Amino acid sequence: MGSDKKRVVSPEFSRYTSKKSGLPPVRGYLKDVWRRREFAQELASSTLRAQQSTTFFGQLWLVINPLLLATVYYVLVIILSGGKNKGAEYFTHLLAGLFAFYFVAGCMSGGASSVTSAGKLVMNQAFPRLLLPIAAVMVAIRRFVPTMVVYLIISIALSRPFSFVQLLVIPSFILLIIFGVGLAALFATMQVYFRDVASLLPYISRIWLYVSPILYYADQIPAAFAAAMPFNPLYGLMGIWTETLSQGELPRASLWINAVAWTVISICVGTYFFLRKEREFAVRL
Amino acid sequence: MSSLSDFDAPEGDRYRKIEKETTNDLAISINDLSITYRTNFQRTPTLAQAIRHFGRGERVIREVEAVKNVSFDVHHGTVLGLIGHNGAGKSTLLKAIAGILPPSEGEISVHGKVSTLLSLGVGFNSNLSGYENIRLSGLASGKSRAEVEAKMPEIADFAELGDFMEMPIRTYSSGMMSRLAFSAAVHMDPDILLIDEALSAGDARFKVKANKKMHELMSSARTMLLVSHALTAITDMCDDAIWLDHGRFMKRGNPQEVVDAYLEHVKVGKTSEVLEDL
Repeated sequence: MGSDKKRVVSPEFSRYTSKKSGLPPVRGYLKDVWRRREFAQELASSTLRAQQSTTFFGQLWLVINPLLLATVYYVLVIILSGGKNKGAEYFTHLLAGLFAFYFVAGCMSGGASSVTSAGKLVMNQAFPRLLLPIAAVMVAIRRFVPTMVVYLIISIALSRPFSFVQLLVIPSFILLIIFGVGLAALFATMQVYFRDVASLLPYISRIWLYVSPILYYADQIPAAFAAAMPFNPLYGLMGIWTETLSQGELPRASLWINAVAWTVISICVGTYFFLRKEREFAVRL
Repeated sequence: MSSLSDFDAPEGDRYRKIEKETTNDLAISINDLSITYRTNFQRTPTLAQAIRHFGRGERVIREVEAVKNVSFDVHHGTVLGLIGHNGAGKSTLLKAIAGILPPSEGEISVHGKVSTLLSLGVGFNSNLSGYENIRLSGLASGKSRAEVEAKMPEIADFAELGDFMEMPIRTYSSGMMSRLAFSAAVHMDPDILLIDEALSAGDARFKVKANKKMHELMSSARTMLLVSHALTAITDMCDDAIWLDHGRFMKRGNPQEVVDAYLEHVKVGKTSEVLEDL
């Protein structure tokens, strides 16, 4: 016997050591994340399939739900503002803002359950856990895309003007995605340690919606609150999003700076906490 | 390469052969490994409880010293059994080798692709089908989509699930789950296979089939680490064994001798109940 018993062992080599800093080597970690991006894509697709198989309307629901919401808020705001905020311009502003806000809220809630719901996978396989909140953001993106189609159809139907400034929604959405990854990672970590975070989320997102310039325009904010607005992470992000998309205006520089600053803070703080704690996830689930 | 050609030789001889091998075919090298982890002893940790306990000055986080200063090497082609009482650190050790739990101290080097068959099974999302779960865990382990798809027919075939592969795994019986887990782990072409208490997969017929597959894998010089309380499985399959006690290394050597020493230590006779399941 002999030769048929010998097999070539793959050159794969792993070394695991203790890390006093608690952070894995970031470059190698990110490379590994990129190498396994197919996993995140597949996880996002199967999550969507599993969600849609359980609802009657399936994919149609992704469009109906935000439309109904927009109508509810439109009626609500007309009543509350005494008829001041209405008309096609306001309606498209509301739609643009709500759709983007529900993307962010989706990152938050999907991210929160991303690690805890992958329990057995986390306990059985070694892989960069950051892929789990990333997959949650991918799900949120895929749920967001059909709402943009709805937005486009409505803004054509209401014959809203188009301009080149609207192309700036692309960088502004990229900022929202990066912001969403940080947010998803942060809430994923918190959810592992405190399982009741998920039940707080609806209230957090409700309040966040009301304090962000979505149901109203940024310039309608009373002077007394204006000073506090930049501390809302969505102030700049929502500001540039709705101004470019629905108003077709070039947002002022301070809004851009605010948006970029909160995006950087979100991705840095979120991934830092996540990477610090992810090595413990297997014993905390 | 350590050869298993003398597989039928008496246990003692087989073990000595492997000891003589040189170091250039190391599969796993563990150097002064300690694993201490902090875990929460509540059923479900919540923020509300954390605040309550903080207010009372209680600590609900306990430290578990699962593995203490363990060092050993495993060469390619070895089938190593790990024995010890419940909570001896065997499963923790396997998880550390798989890269799931980080070492608190010391170092682990692993040469080759690792596949795990831990007692928890494969299905992590019960709304997804068998196919989807296998695909996801394959992709998570670093395989490409094409590699996973290529293995899929073999996995499905061996697990004998038929149409159930397309069904959500919440519809599976526990036997079907463990058949699928076993099949997925052994067909992923691992260099090193880590198995934790999973040899009892399925019914009697599948057990025989699984056993045959295990011997097939052993003869193709795969490295295997086996955790089992079924001591006969250790003496039958392994050519090397390690006994752990409260996270400490106790003895390594010929499986029969290690099992005997372990039984001597726990002071129970060699009854058939003990050998099958302790």
